[in-house]
Amino acid sequence: MGAKQTRAEKYQDLMDKTGFSPEQIKNLHTRFQQLSDNEETISREDLEKIPALANNPIRKQIIEAFFDKRNQHQNEVGAFQEIGFEQFLMVMSHFRPPTLKTTEEEKEAMRKEKLRFLFNMHDTDNDGTITLEEYRKVVEELLKKSGAIGLEAAKAIADAAMLEVASTNVPHMAPEDFYEGITFEHFEQILKGLEMESRMHIRFLDVDTTTMRCGKSKS
Amino acid sequence: TDASCPPLLLLLLLLLCHRPFPFFPPASSLPLVTIVPPIKPDNGPQAYPEAEKANLPVFTMNYPRIQIPFEITLWMLLASFAKIGFHVYHKITIWVPESCLLISIGLIVGAIMHSVHEEPPAVLTSNVFFLYMLPPIVLDSGYFMPTRPFFENIGTVLWFAVVGTLWNSVGIGMSLFAICQIEAFGVQDINLQENLLFASIISAVDPVAVLNVFEDVNVNEQLYIVVFGECLFNDAVTVVLYNMFSFVAEMPVVEPVDVFLGVARFFVVGLGGMGFGILFGFVAAFTTRFTSKVREIEPLFIFMYSYLAYLVAELFSISSIMAIVTCALTMKYYVEENVSQRSCTTIRHVVKMLGAISETLIFFFLGVVTITTEHEWNWGYILFTLLFAFVWRGLGVLVLTQIINPFRTIPFNLKDQFGLAYGGLRGAISFALAFTLPDNIGRKQLFVTATIAIILFTVFLQGISIRPLIEFINVRRTNRNLGTINVEIHCRLMEHTIAGIEDLCGQWSHFYWKDKFMKFNNRILRRILIRDSRAESSIVALYKKLELQNAMEILDTVSGDIKTNTFKKFLAADLRNMHDILSKNMYKIRQRTVAYTNKHALPNDSQTKEILIRRHASIRRSLRPGSFQSTVSRKTPPKAHSVWFLHESLLEEVAYPTRRSRSSRPARSSSRAMMPLRRLDTLTEAPSVDAVGDGGRTDHGVSRTDSSYSDSHAAPRRHINSSDDQDSGSVDNLRNNHHEAQEEEEQPSSSSPVWAAEPRDGTTRNPLLRRPQWNPKKK
Repeated sequence: MGAKQTRAEKYQDLMDKTGFSPEQIKNLHTRFQQLSDNEETISREDLEKIPALANNPIRKQIIEAFFDKRNQHQNEVGAFQEIGFEQFLMVMSHFRPPTLKTTEEEKEAMRKEKLRFLFNMHDTDNDGTITLEEYRKVVEELLKKSGAIGLEAAKAIADAAMLEVASTNVPHMAPEDFYEGITFEHFEQILKGLEMESRMHIRFLDVDTTTMRCGKSKS
Repeated sequence: TDASCPPLLLLLLLLLCHRPFPFFPPASSLPLVTIVPPIKPDNGPQAYPEAEKANLPVFTMNYPRIQIPFEITLWMLLASFAKIGFHVYHKITIWVPESCLLISIGLIVGAIMHSVHEEPPAVLTSNVFFLYMLPPIVLDSGYFMPTRPFFENIGTVLWFAVVGTLWNSVGIGMSLFAICQIEAFGVQDINLQENLLFASIISAVDPVAVLNVFEDVNVNEQLYIVVFGECLFNDAVTVVLYNMFSFVAEMPVVEPVDVFLGVARFFVVGLGGMGFGILFGFVAAFTTRFTSKVREIEPLFIFMYSYLAYLVAELFSISSIMAIVTCALTMKYYVEENVSQRSCTTIRHVVKMLGAISETLIFFFLGVVTITTEHEWNWGYILFTLLFAFVWRGLGVLVLTQIINPFRTIPFNLKDQFGLAYGGLRGAISFALAFTLPDNIGRKQLFVTATIAIILFTVFLQGISIRPLIEFINVRRTNRNLGTINVEIHCRLMEHTIAGIEDLCGQWSHFYWKDKFMKFNNRILRRILIRDSRAESSIVALYKKLELQNAMEILDTVSGDIKTNTFKKFLAADLRNMHDILSKNMYKIRQRTVAYTNKHALPNDSQTKEILIRRHASIRRSLRPGSFQSTVSRKTPPKAHSVWFLHESLLEEVAYPTRRSRSSRPARSSSRAMMPLRRLDTLTEAPSVDAVGDGGRTDHGVSRTDSSYSDSHAAPRRHINSSDDQDSGSVDNLRNNHHEAQEEEEQPSSSSPVWAAEPRDGTTRNPLLRRPQWNPKKK
């Protein structure tokens, strides 16, 4: 009984921080146990072992995002070596969808949060801007699976994208200007129309689907 | 006005055709040539009367021979002129949907015809409508359906289409039956089955006018796609209900087994339609894999297969609309990769054209037939029909949304629901179905009248008022100006991230299935169905498309500067060289359909153009003003010369895979290739550069923008321009730029550190900068 009490309290704490419901937290906890082999923390190797993730072109960035301190809403920088359940949940909470009751400000905050997540995925050196190199890296990873294109194409595309950002955000750039890199404001600006808060989400089910092979949800 | 003269003339002509007698000699009996042998007059009794002595007729007329095609053509022209006429005042089409205008014109024409006691052509007979007029419209809708929003919302779409239509039919039918019991209206002879039949006819929504408004106002894509999809897919239900009820209307008693059979039939109809559509879609895609030698008839396959899908479905009395829509959806993706660029454009254009003309004709005839049929008007019945249609639609949307909202990620709020309910106009299908009611239904005329009434009411009232209402209540909009590379990259990034996280936490949603399907697609389907089946990333496709756009735009701006006589002076060998290089290095660029297509217009790429224009403007601004010989034109003349050829080659489509064009030092060959395209007076300097550059390259792999830029950039630059002054190098580079792909990256080298944090060594230089060019001024 005592254990249940503290678990409920712990869940309450997590619920407040992340906004998940108790069932969702329980499901995610089960999954966490699975991933960590019933230990308290997960390391990078645990996540890399997931077979389904193997085909994902940006696998590394995704895994890295879990260990990135910036995604923990605590204004720290750097990376963890291992994360506990609370950090796991915090990262997951970036993907919650808005509901009918979410207000406009909350949606705005959500959008910023999600964009921040994507931004952090790019900005691996934590300097607050996405430089050309970093952008290139991501594009290369994205196009890696397409096979035919190769490094140069990725470079060219990344460059074109940077040019776009530069021209939309700094329209009166003189020829001698130096575009340092994409800042978060510029990043927000170029992705303004995408309605991130609705598109970047995962439907966290209240049912345990880790054991149900046929469980899927559609919108 | 000028626009109205032709239609009036046409109208007169049409009327004359129907009554040729007062104006032309009796044509039916005249053969084209009359030769009568001369008869010698006899003085004795004659067995036959004297034949008339006729000469060779110089002018004959044979109207009945051409009557049918002629009248069809004239009607089509008349309707099309009406369409032209509407756009004379563009304000009209903003406030009044085109369908209303067409019906109005039809009403006028019908009135004219009625006053001269003419019958309209029997266009709205069952066969003509369902076999000839409906398929083009449905093909148009299906071909340009935005697939991503559709599949994301497919559950909702099917829910509203199936359950919504059922709800409407049954609800309206029952209520009307209740009304019929009231003696005051005098419609007691209509039994339940007939009421249900009638209700199933009028519950088929056809929101053509509304879709147009939705697009103009940019309503959020979920609402748009649900309205769109609902109208396409409720056909399955309507067909089943119609058949079931018309069958049942002739039976005195309905048994439960019939209801059960009806449900079974629904599944057969719906799934069978989809099955046929997918089958024909794949066959079409497979066929186009082999059509590279017969480019002229490539578009034919698309149309033939879709039409075949439609007809075969009609053969088995399953939902032909679903068949053709599914066929179009399935084959579009693969076919557009296989066929040539021209065929692709042709297909899209013809699909749009056929759809537009069919739609125009249908609404036009709606107006005409309204006047010329015999109506049976019954105030009570018709008014209650209108009322119930409205009420049940509203209720239906409300209830169904409540049920499905929890399953949606972006739930429909009340405003969306209002748009959904109010956007339920009735249209052509209801009309045609009403006309095909079996004649043994006693009150057929009443039903026809009621259907026409409800169509006119919804189209006019709701069609006209929906725009101000939508704007007033401020329905949530979707920003669609998103053709940028950044957006594409980040959409992909986001999708992969989400798919990854889903895998990570074991929770699946449609991204999972989308991923799975894409893998299946890439591994199996594309190999079979596509000729050149290298999986191409959508990012790269968009990038190429933007490049092509940019090049086209440049051509547009400079084509006025071209003096045609200049290119005669190029050497023949150079010309061949140029063509060779350009043709081998033009990628097969597929224009992706933009996500939304205006119902009444071709796919519009002006938004991507805007991005390019902005880019271009920023580039131009960074060019130095004094560096060009002609300060007047925005582009330098040499580019104009070269661009002439680019224009030619851009219009041929040649496929040259990106892989093969990459080579270690492409810029060298590009230098050599580019040589002939320079200005005439510097042509003699070509060899010198050649010596510097290439060293016997035979591979014409000119690097396009997505091939080895930085390499090409680096090496020659070091060789050739090592001693260059930055500024003049850039200037001359600009002047000598002639590769269309480079035009978008013109920037003087001094702006190279635009974002390059790297030092100025060749390999990491920003590839988008000036491709290193030989500098003819420097020897």
